[in-house]
Amino acid sequence: MRENIHRFFRAARGAGVHVSPAESIDAMRAVAQVGFSDRTMLRDTLLLTLAKSQDEKLALGDCFDLFFSQPEPRHEQPGGGEEDPSPDADQAPPSGMASDAGGGSPQAELGPLAQMLLSQDRSAIAAAIAGASGAASLSDIRYSTQRGIFSSRILDAMGLQRLRDDLDELTATNPALAERLRAALDALREAVRDAVSQGLALYAREEAENLRNEILRNAPLARIERRQVAEMRALIRQIARRLRERYSKPRKRQRRGHLDVRRTLRRNAAWGGVPFLTAWKRKHRDRPKIIAICDVSGSVAQVSDFFLLLIHSLHEVVDDVRSFAFSSHLIEVSDILESKSPEEAMAEIMSKVGFGSSDYGSSLVDFEKEFMSTLTPQTTVIVLGDARSNNLDPRADILRRISERSKRLVWLNPEGRLAWGFGDSEMPRYATFCSVVRQCATAQQLERAVSDIVATYQ
Amino acid sequence: MAEQKPSTAIEAVESGLAAQGYIASRQIATAVYLSQQIEKPILVEGPAGVGKTELAKAIAAWRGMKMIRLQCYEGLDEAKALYEWKYAKQLLYTQILKDKLGEVLGGAQTLHAALGQLHDFGDVFFSKEFVEPRPLLQALEQPGGCVLLIDEIDKSDAEFESLLLEILSDFQVTIPELGTVSAITPPTVILTSNSERDLGDALKRRCLHLHIGFPEQRLEERIVESRVPNISQTLRRQMVGFIHEIRSLDLKKLPSVSETIDWARVLVLLQASELDTETVRDTLNVLLKYEADIEAAQPQITTFIAKAARSNVFG
Repeated sequence: MRENIHRFFRAARGAGVHVSPAESIDAMRAVAQVGFSDRTMLRDTLLLTLAKSQDEKLALGDCFDLFFSQPEPRHEQPGGGEEDPSPDADQAPPSGMASDAGGGSPQAELGPLAQMLLSQDRSAIAAAIAGASGAASLSDIRYSTQRGIFSSRILDAMGLQRLRDDLDELTATNPALAERLRAALDALREAVRDAVSQGLALYAREEAENLRNEILRNAPLARIERRQVAEMRALIRQIARRLRERYSKPRKRQRRGHLDVRRTLRRNAAWGGVPFLTAWKRKHRDRPKIIAICDVSGSVAQVSDFFLLLIHSLHEVVDDVRSFAFSSHLIEVSDILESKSPEEAMAEIMSKVGFGSSDYGSSLVDFEKEFMSTLTPQTTVIVLGDARSNNLDPRADILRRISERSKRLVWLNPEGRLAWGFGDSEMPRYATFCSVVRQCATAQQLERAVSDIVATYQ
Repeated sequence: MAEQKPSTAIEAVESGLAAQGYIASRQIATAVYLSQQIEKPILVEGPAGVGKTELAKAIAAWRGMKMIRLQCYEGLDEAKALYEWKYAKQLLYTQILKDKLGEVLGGAQTLHAALGQLHDFGDVFFSKEFVEPRPLLQALEQPGGCVLLIDEIDKSDAEFESLLLEILSDFQVTIPELGTVSAITPPTVILTSNSERDLGDALKRRCLHLHIGFPEQRLEERIVESRVPNISQTLRRQMVGFIHEIRSLDLKKLPSVSETIDWARVLVLLQASELDTETVRDTLNVLLKYEADIEAAQPQITTFIAKAARSNVFG
């Protein structure tokens, strides 16, 4: 059973619950207290000790139900201890079982597996499968393509070789029995396949998710498929959480600057005002005020969508975000993004300004006319767009004024550097006024870009 | 306790808490039992008003132990949570003992000798007598053990969290001048959090994590029964059913158990025998704390009462 709990920890890690060695020790201690007799109690105990949040509790609960829905290899061979099948790998279980089950059976000359199959002892077969899965280290399974190899490994560990010999012998001596055995073998294969699928669901989830996320992170945002949009949103939320965790912790910077006279006096009142302990003025770290200006014309819209989602889920990290969207003219979209779900908000923004051909010049004019006063020396301005202005006047002079009034001007361009300046791209002309220009086509680049922006304030 | 079967022990916890008027679900009882067995603190999370603080009180009352409460807030620090030197007393004593000190040091001829004599006295002024214990230190010094409630830990700063780590894992604190103070009897520690901010992993790792959500209908009825005994059974069923309907709405703040109990008391005071639209409309402000929420619930009242009454018939 101890073995089983350890495998459960691995499965829990697969389900995305973080189980450190220390936690597993604690869980083992708790489990030792309550015992294994009561399943709901065991479940409660593991949930209490391992899960650290409500989400983890749900995930772990599901994992527990899935894991313990398989028969426990507890009623193993009566003689052998529980660790019997695992340590000495492949050949151990069959030989162990042979010594136990051989005895007074009618077909004593048959191998143990054949006998088990013929006697239709379901629980024994299930236990044998579980034991053999341990021997074949099923918990190492990672990819669905490994299903075949693990199935055959388990069958080998159960003594398939011996069974084949038995079958050959029987076909000659007792065809009817051989027929029965063959049918039972097919059923066994199916059972093993099910066990492997379950193992895959239990242990491989994390790996599969990591792989998928990795691919998704590096996929160009502008060209992802419709079905991936929801996954990408989840990924962006994850990124936002990571950035929040990294940058939201208030870090005090003491012992810089000047003596804080008021606090020093108060702290030293006990010594009659003699300053034994000094208090220093703390340096306040300001959080970024961000103005985001996003192109939402056809090609860039998808990237803008994800960018806005990311920047608006960074409440703890940034002080104030105001977003503007434009294609041929510019509007403020902060309220829409704050009040609606991401899907609805984007639909509304698109219906208001989307789908036009982009005109950077007139959009910048709009911005200067109405919103120039929102810029302060603390503001970081982020422009997201491909700078393709359809050969209209780019009005780079306005961008220069924006850059002069703000702390930083960052330009994120979904196009690769190679394309800048070709065709109607005005990127080189704009780039002269930007503090930073970077490519931003994938989720990973988006994360780096936003992370850098926030980090400059730390 | 150790020989007792765990399931019976957990039932004992359940009935013990029930005797104090706290109806615990199985999971809560298991957490309390485990925290006692493996000596780990419990971190209780959940929405406001589901009885997180109440749990600590009930445990203290049930075990007949003192409860020491530390309310967390932004800016809470060592001096207020752990210990402080009694500066005034130290000053006063030096003043009073001035003459005595003069006498003692009188024999010394040189400054060096005086200093040497002074060293022989040790740190008189930094001894236990001059330490003002704050809740955390108090909890460690209780000879019979106690229940230490660290309330709303999410309101404190991240630094304070790190301060707690030593206490939570080893039940000891280190005071630089005195050394390490270990607990005489390890206290039962309960931490509560409203999840206003995410707690650090280091803190979470040291605790059993218990999430108390809104109770199931039957459990909530039992809670009302124990807290407001003079309410009639039909009314109790109806009102709990009604509240469960309300919780299905999308509200700013859902009514929790404390609101249910308040409402039950109000209904008893008004001598209502059955739930009707009129009474509910008049007393809705007990349940819902935002104007917008009340407005959202108003049109649904009649439907909800009917639903609650119907579920009543079927069980």
